[in-house]
Amino acid sequence: MVMTLKITAVAVAVGIVWGTLLALMRMSGFKLLAWLAASYVNLFRSIPLVMVLLWFFLIVPTLLINLFDIPRSSDTRLVSAMVAFSLFEASYYSEIIRAGIRSVAKGQMGAASALGMSYAQAMRLVILPQAFRNMVPLLLTQGIILFQDTSLVYVSSLADFFGAAYRVGSRDGRLVELLLFAGAVYFIMSFLASLLVKHIQKRKTA
Amino acid sequence: MISIKNISKHYGSFQVLTDCSTEVEKGEVIVICGPSGSGKSTLIKCVNGLEPFQQGDIVVNGISVGDPRTNLSKLRAHVGMVFQNFELFPHMSVIDNLCIAQTKVLGRGRQEAVERGQKLLERVGLLNQADKFPGQLSGGQQQRVAIARALAMDPICMLFDEPTSALDPEMVNEVLDVMVGLAHEGMTMMVVTHEMGFARKVATRVIFMDEGRIVEDAPKEDFFSKPRSERAQQFLSKILQH
Repeated sequence: MVMTLKITAVAVAVGIVWGTLLALMRMSGFKLLAWLAASYVNLFRSIPLVMVLLWFFLIVPTLLINLFDIPRSSDTRLVSAMVAFSLFEASYYSEIIRAGIRSVAKGQMGAASALGMSYAQAMRLVILPQAFRNMVPLLLTQGIILFQDTSLVYVSSLADFFGAAYRVGSRDGRLVELLLFAGAVYFIMSFLASLLVKHIQKRKTA
Repeated sequence: MISIKNISKHYGSFQVLTDCSTEVEKGEVIVICGPSGSGKSTLIKCVNGLEPFQQGDIVVNGISVGDPRTNLSKLRAHVGMVFQNFELFPHMSVIDNLCIAQTKVLGRGRQEAVERGQKLLERVGLLNQADKFPGQLSGGQQQRVAIARALAMDPICMLFDEPTSALDPEMVNEVLDVMVGLAHEGMTMMVVTHEMGFARKVATRVIFMDEGRIVEDAPKEDFFSKPRSERAQQFLSKILQH
């Protein structure tokens, strides 16, 4: 379970930061930047996650080994999983964040500019804090989906929670029970998290 | 102080402003009125470059707004603006609304900014609301905070874009009183408003706009007693009837 949570946490954190940058690039006046960000988002959103994961298991290790002269035997599967999930999730987060930025009234940008703030200051001090506040439920929901999706790292036989359950199950000849158990754990955690999201949403509208 | 020279602006093929020119001297209070869609809000937003324009130029305190080399942020820091919908920052307390641009744009220390902010809140009668959030205040109070926020930057002039038209009638006067006070102190002001009482009281000149043109630009006395254009006469008779 530690492995699963580790991957989730890293992918959420990196995904939100990189996703914010992508959203800003896409909304910026620079055509090339906007085009690059849009292409990136559309590309990742059009490819199945499993495939992205597999590519990264094949590409990132070789790249890392060649670039940083790491001994060939070292285990880069966790790092590649984190990189893959982060890059993949960033494309989803960037769309959520873009909608969040749009939801902040245009007049706020005008007011910030009228006070002499630069575009960057207005974004950082006025627009983004409000956008994130509006987006918290959506960002958390996406995090829950990601938490479930981490089970896909089994393609690299990395021992996340699902992979470990699978292995223990087949070792002891109790595969069905263990898989049901794993499913129950995922369900309970995700369900509790979504209750939390609902609670936050309610408190916000109240 | 503000010199508007032959400004024209269009969105696509739609002409919003056509050849608008006027001069505003230091200490003048200019009221801009006219039917909705006549371009008065757009004109005032051109003055601090919030709205771009295609032709002509505006010079504020010797700085050209239309020149692409002008640092607009720097200029805007010294041109106060008050909006129809207040546009306070809802995620910050009232005092933080007043301090943020002082510290981040003017580079004042927190202490100095808070002191200046408190002084201005006191002036608009809201010092006891300093720690509340904008959402907890009435519309009239929010607009007074917005005026204080603009004043905190020590502006050389103030632009008001329909400051009272989003307010309930009973709150209009508390905002107008603050603006009258400013005018008496000699602040240079351009005010888009339909409040003709305010215009009569403190305006030096009234500009009447229609269909993107400045139709009439006259001293207050002349505007109210003998408006030259038929369009302005109609407008005045409509809004002064009741």
